[in-house]
Order: sequence, then structure tokens, then C-alpha cells
Amino acid sequence: MEPESFGRRDFMKLAGLGGVVLVSGCASTMGSTRSGADTDFYFVQLSDSHWGFEGASINPDARGTLRKAVAAVNSLPRRPDFVMFTGDLTHTTDDPKERRRRMTEFRDIVGALEVKEVRFMPGEHDASLDNGKAFREFFGETRYTFDHKGVHFIVLDNVSDPTAAIGEEQLEWLRADLSKQSREARIVVFTHRPLFDLYPQWDWATRDGARAIALLQAHDNVTVFYGHIHQENHFMTGNIAHHSARGLMFALPQAASQPKRLPIPWDAGAPYKGLGFREVEAERSPVQYAISELPVG
Amino acid sequence: MRVQRRMLLRLGAAAGLAAVAGRFAVQAQPSPRIVRITARKFTYEPAELTLRLNEPVVFQLTTLDVVMGFSVPDFGVRGTIVPGQTTEVAMTPTKIGDFTFLCDVFCGSGHENMDGTLHVVA
Repeated sequence: MEPESFGRRDFMKLAGLGGVVLVSGCASTMGSTRSGADTDFYFVQLSDSHWGFEGASINPDARGTLRKAVAAVNSLPRRPDFVMFTGDLTHTTDDPKERRRRMTEFRDIVGALEVKEVRFMPGEHDASLDNGKAFREFFGETRYTFDHKGVHFIVLDNVSDPTAAIGEEQLEWLRADLSKQSREARIVVFTHRPLFDLYPQWDWATRDGARAIALLQAHDNVTVFYGHIHQENHFMTGNIAHHSARGLMFALPQAASQPKRLPIPWDAGAPYKGLGFREVEAERSPVQYAISELPVG
Repeated sequence: MRVQRRMLLRLGAAAGLAAVAGRFAVQAQPSPRIVRITARKFTYEPAELTLRLNEPVVFQLTTLDVVMGFSVPDFGVRGTIVPGQTTEVAMTPTKIGDFTFLCDVFCGSGHENMDGTLHVVA
């Protein structure tokens, strides 16, 4: 039997790859398929690779972890429809030349991904010191939308403004975009920072994120995937599920679990612990997202 | 005309009372304590402060290099600190404990460690 004839999660179990599987359910069941393109599919979320970070006690394989992640994605038994990087591709630097050097290296490494579509968005380390200028040179717009097999994807930029705000103009753009979507539309939002106040004491928030959530709340089937906090977190605001991803350079402690938000030191007994990426299977009926967390090493 | 004049007198008396009341109100309210904090990449000086419960403070904030933030999420106050200017943030600590203040304007590699603690005591 070919792997494709299994359900995706069944195959994951057989392959022994699956981490925690969590289903992000949404309210409604879609009606009949509007077009043949509205089929189930899956994508991969990679986040917070912080290319350029140095710190042997945190990650002695700082120059190898991203390559390992690329290899892990390439070895998946089925190709994802696309890969989404949710920000902090590079670690920040005050030197614009060094920033571009890091982005060049990052782009070269992820160029080895054997996936048809690879999409990017910035984190504050990529964009906050120059308002996204270098990021746009390398990866294009910092906010955009696209549609894939019946799902409307919205990439929101809450990092090009160093004050961690989405801003009036982008909120208006979001409002206008959402006005073209039906109440039942399947909508996925990618963002770097959490849109809700996860833990503002560690800057884990978006200053005007509540306004974006209020706009999204008018729709029944919205799910948010984000990065920034280098660990899994699953949270509901009303009917919107928010899922943060692990990072690819260092893990961070749980909110408020210690006085400082310092990276978790490398564990030689469990290399790459806390690092990883995820698969998200978008299922059409009922509308839900099956999430599988996968390790790097 | 006479009516207008009487109204003016009444208004004048009311204003006088308001002024007196205002003076009493000012006397009843203690002057805020001024607390100066200097920011620089990626520290605050001082980074630890002890405040008294219910004693109003005004933070006078300056930065020695780049634009910084000063945020105390537990008390819902914040300000942006611009080089060459003094930013004032008023706050009254209404609960006892240790509370984080932090930079909420991304300022470079080290931004994540730029914070301090307010110790609020009785």
C-alpha cells in the first residue's frame, strides 16, 4: 500500500514520527466542495531559526540546526504543499551589511528545501531595526494574503514597527481583506508575535493585537499560527485558536516560570530538546487543523 | 442685563468655591515622588527600585543612545523614550509585590534582557 493511501496522521503513526497531535477545531462544518481545489492538504511551519546567533552553551550546533531542519522536512514521506517561516529567520545585528549577510546565508540554506512553495514573514530580529527594509529586499512584502485549496491565508506584520504594533494602516488593510471573506470562510493567520497578551512582562504581546482579534472574531473559522516564544502554546480567544511553534535555535522557558526570559541551556543528554517544527493538516470537513510536532535531530 | 450680571456673579462665586475646593484637593493629594531612570543598550539605571504602596510616582525617563520603551504591564503604564528628551510616566502602585518593567521597543541584540524590577512595599 502506498503511503498516500493512508490518512496523513495514520501514516505519521506508522512512521513513528508524530509528536503531540492536537486538533484545532472550528465551529462550522463546510458544505459541499465549491471546487475540486478544495481538498485537504498539509503545510509545514518553521520558525525562529535566528541565523547568526552564537552561544555554545545554548546551541553548540548553531550553524547546523537549520540545515538539519531542512533535511528533516526533505525526508518527510510526503511533500507538504508549502512551507511557512513565521519570522526571526535571522538573529538581529546593528550592522546592516551583517544583517544582509545573514539573510543571504539563510536564503541559501533554505533554498535546499524540496518544496514547491516556501513563504516567509519577518520577526522583530529581522525587521524591527530597519522597519523591514532588508527583509523586503530578500523575501518580499512583510504582509500579504494568499489562497490555497479553499483556505484564505493572511500574513500579518507585527514586527516592522519596533513598538510591536500592527498599526492603523495595516489594520485597515486587514479590515478590507476580511470584508471580502464570508463569515464561514476558512481563514488562517500567520503572525510572528502573539496577537493576544500572552505575557507582556516578557514582551510576548502585540500592542494593538486586540484590534486585529476583534476584526477576525467576526469570522467563524479563524486559526492563528505564530512564533516568537520558541515553544508550543495553545490558547483560545473567543472562537479563535492561537498556536505558537517551537524554534530552531533555542527554546525559551514557559511564561512566568522564571524571573528572566533567558534561553534554556543546551542539554547534552538530549540534544535539540525543545527545538522542532510542525506539520499542519488542513481538513475541510469539519474545518480543523491537525498539528503534529516534529523534532529537528 | 441685570439678570446677566446676577448670573455672572453666581458663576464667579462658583468659580471661587471651585478654586478653594481645588486647593483643598491639591493639599490632600501628596506630591508624586520623582524617580529618574536612564536607559541605554540594554540596561536601565537603576534597574531596581523600591516604591511605597499608594504613593504616586512620576518616572522621568531618558535614553543615552537609541529609542527605548519603558513598560510596567502590571500597572498598565508605558512610555517611549526618545534620545534628547525626557519622558514622564505617572503611576501609583496599588499592590504590593515585585513587578517587572521592561523595554517594549525593540532596540537590538540584548533587548530581551532589558528589564528591571519595582519592589512595592507597604
